[in-house]
Amino acid sequence: MAATGEAVLDVRGLTRLYGAGCPDCLVLTGPDAGTNICPQCHAIVACNNISFDLEQGEILGIVGESGSGKSTLLRCICFDEEATAGECYFAAFGTGRDDAFSQTGQARRYIRNHLLGIVYQNPLMGIKPHFTAGGNVAEKLLTADVYNVSLIRQRAATLLQRTEVPLARMDDFPANFSGGMQQRVQIAKALANNPPVLLLDEVSTGLDVSVQARVLDLIKEIQRDLGIAMIVVSHDLGVIRLLADRTGVMQHGQVIEFGLTDQILEDPQHRYTQLLVHSML
Amino acid sequence: MGNVLSVRQLSKHFILHILGGKVIAGCEEIGFDLKQGEFLGLTGPSGAGKSTVLKCIYRTYLPTSGQMLYTGKDGRQIDLACAPEREMIRLRRREIGYVSQFLKVMPRVPAVDVLAGELRQKGWEMERARQRAREFLKIMDINQALWDAYPSTFSGGEQQRINLARTLITEPRLLLLDEPTASLDIVTRQIVIRVLKDSKAAGATMIGVFHDLDVMGRLVDRVFGIEAGRSSTQCSPPQVATDLTPVPGHYYDSASVECGAGASTDRRGSGRIASREDTL
Amino acid sequence: MGVNQNRKHRGYNFAFLDENTKREIRRKLLKAVAIPGYQVPFASPELPIARGWGTGGLQITMAIIGPGDVLKVIDQGCDGSVNAVNIRKLLVKTTGVATTFDTNAASIIQTRHRIPEEAMRQDQILVLQVPIPEPLRYVEASEAKTREMHGEMDYSRMWVYLYENIVQYGEITIGARYPSLVNRRYLIDPSPIPRWDVPKLNQAETLYLFGAGREKRIYAVPPHTLAEPLEFEDFRFRVEDFTGRSCIRCGATDTYMNEMYDSSSGRKLFVCSDSGYCDRRREQSVTQNLACAEPTGHPLGRVPPKAEALVAPIQERSRSYPTASKEAGALEQVVIEGKEAR
Repeated sequence: MAATGEAVLDVRGLTRLYGAGCPDCLVLTGPDAGTNICPQCHAIVACNNISFDLEQGEILGIVGESGSGKSTLLRCICFDEEATAGECYFAAFGTGRDDAFSQTGQARRYIRNHLLGIVYQNPLMGIKPHFTAGGNVAEKLLTADVYNVSLIRQRAATLLQRTEVPLARMDDFPANFSGGMQQRVQIAKALANNPPVLLLDEVSTGLDVSVQARVLDLIKEIQRDLGIAMIVVSHDLGVIRLLADRTGVMQHGQVIEFGLTDQILEDPQHRYTQLLVHSML
Repeated sequence: MGNVLSVRQLSKHFILHILGGKVIAGCEEIGFDLKQGEFLGLTGPSGAGKSTVLKCIYRTYLPTSGQMLYTGKDGRQIDLACAPEREMIRLRRREIGYVSQFLKVMPRVPAVDVLAGELRQKGWEMERARQRAREFLKIMDINQALWDAYPSTFSGGEQQRINLARTLITEPRLLLLDEPTASLDIVTRQIVIRVLKDSKAAGATMIGVFHDLDVMGRLVDRVFGIEAGRSSTQCSPPQVATDLTPVPGHYYDSASVECGAGASTDRRGSGRIASREDTL
Repeated sequence: MGVNQNRKHRGYNFAFLDENTKREIRRKLLKAVAIPGYQVPFASPELPIARGWGTGGLQITMAIIGPGDVLKVIDQGCDGSVNAVNIRKLLVKTTGVATTFDTNAASIIQTRHRIPEEAMRQDQILVLQVPIPEPLRYVEASEAKTREMHGEMDYSRMWVYLYENIVQYGEITIGARYPSLVNRRYLIDPSPIPRWDVPKLNQAETLYLFGAGREKRIYAVPPHTLAEPLEFEDFRFRVEDFTGRSCIRCGATDTYMNEMYDSSSGRKLFVCSDSGYCDRRREQSVTQNLACAEPTGHPLGRVPPKAEALVAPIQERSRSYPTASKEAGALEQVVIEGKEAR
């Protein structure tokens, strides 16, 4: 499904500081300063005034080295961390112009449960190893108010099958699964309620190459079939190339370059992006 | 019929920060018009900037200056040089296709699904997309036994046909071909020529870069010469086949020079990289 | 019948607690009623009864009782078991209020593990003793986390617990303490009442007050408030099934019954858990000259200790519920009764 022109997610000026911060933090850090630590107050500027929007069915790639703030960006959007400043609008929440960052915990929980799917790099952050694989998928459905056991089991079976988790293991505990299989359970869980926005943090990192390919194809398929918009954070340019329509490059907490993915990869403009691209294997 | 594409004074320079800000010229003040249904061949020596022009039109490269006015299906004129990224994505999905020399596909996806995937992207329903994909594999003369195999296991010729097919199946209005027949066996080359002729007959407008002047001669309506990043000449195709010797500055006999820069022998851009895949 | 004649002990304030403490508890009660299902922390002062033995319920009763109230105290439906007797004694000694075994006659009923069979009225208050007020304790050990979960109404893990229950056993195996959603907002532990009693909380006439002394929490289900047990669309909440059973004492077929085993005959016997209700039915059947199917003597009836003879005409030890064996309340019961080893 192609992007429709309607932004499902709109992020404006997202900023995240670790530490007290001072008035000059945002100016004294960034690619030009060569650091994300404020020389004055020693606060860490993980995300510095980041703005972008996301259309339905669009995949946005975020690349950058570790510590550049890309994971923090995702964690702020899904409320795992509180943004220090900035606004975030979900088309499907309220009037569409209600800032999600300034909502109550309960409203944020609603957004997270109904409008977001999250896949963490570490599968155990997204799934509970002592709930069954099916139970983990069920959790997501239950948070989204599906209260029918047979429906839940059907959907869980479909999703687990799609992510190549053997159905025979649906009622087993992910604690006993391999890392790759845990990751696939996590993806199945994230997709359970057909969220309009899916956040993927280094989703294929640490997976077998064979599994990685299948997972990436699955993500692409989901985008095409369900029109789910995604933010894919990865340091792997190969993953970004296969998945993302547009890509942003982050360094020292700032987005230094935004563009069509093939343009970022073949005609990078920024010094750091060129370094990144030319370091690609 | 109006122009589908008007390229005006298109220039592209690469600034390599990691080489201390070194500037490399890709192409310089290129200009040409392309009518609906026309097939333009770009020629020139290796590294002349032919691919750069194609990639600028597809916006894989950000043009440094100039205009590329594209008239869409809906009659709207868009300057591809500065169109918003989402506009480009929409055009790529619906109107503008690009075929490179290399097949880049998702690993472990069967050939039929590679093609179907392109149609799915346009909103086709799965079974219908697969059906059309099978038809296309047949047109491309791909052995039926391979339809459900992964293209990465295919021979070079088969891969190239898949590569072409995945773009052609979406029936683009404007097709950009970057050496689609490079290093192909005779059989594959015949197939490619056939399907490109079919596409042209169906009304597609095309720009192609060919090393194989024989193939080009059989396909294009007009030839546009690029040399050292600048336009050199334009001529009609019959002359292409007869003159295969590149002469600097007078690459081909001029037929209708209408590009802004005109013939030029200014050979700047030593050390230029035209096909940047080499370096990536 | 059963009205206590004891005089109030003069050495203590009315209802043992000083007035400030009672006022504090009443304030917390008001908050609990204002936010149905929300667990209000309270100070929970020391009492002459150890925490975990009904002190939460006791403090609520002490805070709301007045000289004109008529008190009924039951433990697992029975007016005569140790816990009920001791609490009743303490309250009577410090207030001098009248007591009763008759649900209809009482204005305040303090109870452990049961809600009386007879429908209660709006002029009555039911005070429940709660061992573990946190319904999410099943699925989350951290108190900080569970409070956040309540704050955000994040009950998915409780739901998954129920789902896994169904996957594993084909049904929801929670016998007592069945989690219920109050006013479509807060999940509560309705105290270890059997499932049988859970529907009585919903849109009731009566005010239900829950006190957990050890855990220092008070919560309430006010009258005419939704209290819905968690259930799936295809796995509905069910109460215990007593089809084909009848009480050997009063012949009732529509009450929550305790199962007992008569070792001499090898038979399973059933008897009403609500002793006050059972007694009343028996009285009625005697006055109406209706034949009783069973002998009047209780097969497992024990001779009551002297101290209890006054208040407990039917000496029936409360039994554990077969389905309740897994939950924590059962443990407490073992401690209190010392005999019901499971």
